Amino acid sequence: MKYVDEFRDRDRAAALIREIAHVVERIAAARPRPLKIMEVCGGHTHSIFRYGLEGLLPAGLELVHGPGCPVCVLPIGRVDDCIAIAEHPGVIFATFGDALRVPGSRRSLLQARADGLDIRTVYSPADALALAHANPEREVVFFGLGFETTMPATALTILAAARDGVRNFSVFCNHIPIVPTVKAILDSPGLELDGFLGPGHVSTVIGTAPFEFVARHYRRPLVVAGFEPLDVLQALWMVVLQIEQGRTEVENQYARAVAAGGNRQALAAIAEVYELRPFFEWRGLGSIDHSGIRIRPAYAAFDAEARFAVPNARIADPVACQCGEVLKGVLRPYDCKVFGAACTPETPLGALMVSTEGACAAAYTYGGRLRTGGNLLRVTR
Amino acid sequence: MTALRQVRGTRVSLAHGGGGKIMKDLIDDVFVRAFGAPDGPLEDQARLDLALFAQAGDRLAFTTDAYVVDPLVFPGGDIGALAVYGTVNDLAVGGAVPRWLSCALVIEEGMEIELLRRIARSMAAAARRAGVAIVTGDTKVVGHGACDKLFITTTGVGEIPRGRALSCSAARPGDAVLVNGWLGDHGAAILGARGDLRIDSPVESDCAPLHELVEILLAAAPGTRCLRDATRGGVATVVNEIASASDVAIELDEAALPVRPEVRGLCELLGLDPLYLANEGKLVAVVPAGEADAAIAAMAAHPLGLRAAAIGAVAAGAPGRVAMRTVMGGHRIVDMLVGDQLPRIC
Repeated sequence: MKYVDEFRDRDRAAALIREIAHVVERIAAARPRPLKIMEVCGGHTHSIFRYGLEGLLPAGLELVHGPGCPVCVLPIGRVDDCIAIAEHPGVIFATFGDALRVPGSRRSLLQARADGLDIRTVYSPADALALAHANPEREVVFFGLGFETTMPATALTILAAARDGVRNFSVFCNHIPIVPTVKAILDSPGLELDGFLGPGHVSTVIGTAPFEFVARHYRRPLVVAGFEPLDVLQALWMVVLQIEQGRTEVENQYARAVAAGGNRQALAAIAEVYELRPFFEWRGLGSIDHSGIRIRPAYAAFDAEARFAVPNARIADPVACQCGEVLKGVLRPYDCKVFGAACTPETPLGALMVSTEGACAAAYTYGGRLRTGGNLLRVTR
Repeated sequence: MTALRQVRGTRVSLAHGGGGKIMKDLIDDVFVRAFGAPDGPLEDQARLDLALFAQAGDRLAFTTDAYVVDPLVFPGGDIGALAVYGTVNDLAVGGAVPRWLSCALVIEEGMEIELLRRIARSMAAAARRAGVAIVTGDTKVVGHGACDKLFITTTGVGEIPRGRALSCSAARPGDAVLVNGWLGDHGAAILGARGDLRIDSPVESDCAPLHELVEILLAAAPGTRCLRDATRGGVATVVNEIASASDVAIELDEAALPVRPEVRGLCELLGLDPLYLANEGKLVAVVPAGEADAAIAAMAAHPLGLRAAAIGAVAAGAPGRVAMRTVMGGHRIVDMLVGDQLPRIC
């Protein structure tokens, strides 16, 4: 298939992997522990596991699966808030499919739907607005979720609703910006990360410039990467090369989609509709300053938080969960005490087990390198 | 025999399920007309000749399935064809020769009679193609909202010829894992037909009866260990079931999976995995390695097996585990799904 198969070429992958191994070998001699590189974005995590890339990389290079899965970092209290909104009479609650299974304190949206609430899966905020047009007697609330990748679509939908004078549509805004998240990880004590794969889709919107602080202030290389297996491998090679050469720069591997300045129209829509929240609660990471956005007062008519009583309860993560440590790269998914035992994709305890892009769900589902490495058919999970 | 009665009106009402003359109108006009009248009077049960069964085999295969699908009519088929082929295939992959079907319909009031007629005709045509007779049935009408337009349950009976012993616990290390063609067509066709994605998809459902193909396959590969039809949950689910039941590991080869470019494209767009998409005319066969080439060649000579391929092999080691060698040369586990596949956010 054109534009897909070129990026999954096995021979090119083998060549890149050899290059990465050479560089890592040269670096490793001078280092007490393996190199740790974090892929920030859940899309990368998904690709890495889907194509079994981890098992192809040299032992001296470890991948740490970062927090860039918007479903995974959704706190329990926010799911409860969604259900509280959906319980209002007349409400149709519209959400992306992968948020359905995230556990709340009592039930997930999927369970709430089985209990009779009108919760519908949509593929875009525009679909939710169409639901509002089709059901003028109902209140349609869209669950706005995701990093800068999905922010502009929600913003443009709000602008369209404002332009058309729609009165029965609002957004429960849980969008989160990427930069404060990366900063929170870099600021966490005991950090062991040597470099980053930057999020490709987020960068199509915000560009590469917002990541400069990683290179300048924190002295870590960051390479914005695409999502095909060759993209991921090439970006990894670029990161280890920077480490070998003692450079810390922001580089763009995904130049076919990402411009340094990002997407101006998308950024304008974001600036028009949203403002930063003073702080936002993240599952596994706790409260992070300026790490959430909300709808500006000018668009309060489309803000579900202004239109409905939202309990906004803060509910602590289960004590056994070590999601925070996994997110920061201190633990690998299978090092967590409850991984694969109390916490599985069927009964996710922690956020990272919920979405297929969550580090733990991916490790559980696709096997990853597991504890013993080598042939997946000969090890026991 | 008296002339068939005619149904009046354009939509099914609760009265059509009431047991009176109006119900008889519907059954006569829609079902008896499509399926053909019995030789004798309409009885409450079909009467099957035991001697016929005993001549052809030494065991009865007996299976039932409920069919619900939205939309009722989709590219490449409809719920009627699905309800016939699905049950025929459940018999066929057990090595049985499908003979008789029953069908029970639960109809939501308000359904268009013309659509019901179309579906009944489709069932009749499917039964002819599959060489089975629909010999008994039932209709019920329920109020608005009590079912989604139309649910169909079919039960099938067939005989298993002497000496055939297919079992999903019979896979042995070294065996080859085969499929008879493009994977995921049905799932992709339904996704496209539902319309909520607003994707114009040219993909048609693969729904088809596999009984002929099974006979051809068993003739070419008499050592065949097991056959399964890869419906809901797709090939990944079936292969997991075989690995568990046989206490073996199975390794699939991603590069060998036959997936139509259109289906691949849809999966790429939505973040779905074709290995988990439903099929309605695809079987997974586990055959001894030495018979694999003959099995593939025999299937490829039949219209329903043109794209037959070996997609993996049975291995010793971690019992019940299915792994896949990816197109990149890495490995990953192929597990059963927890629930439905959900499209990804970004």
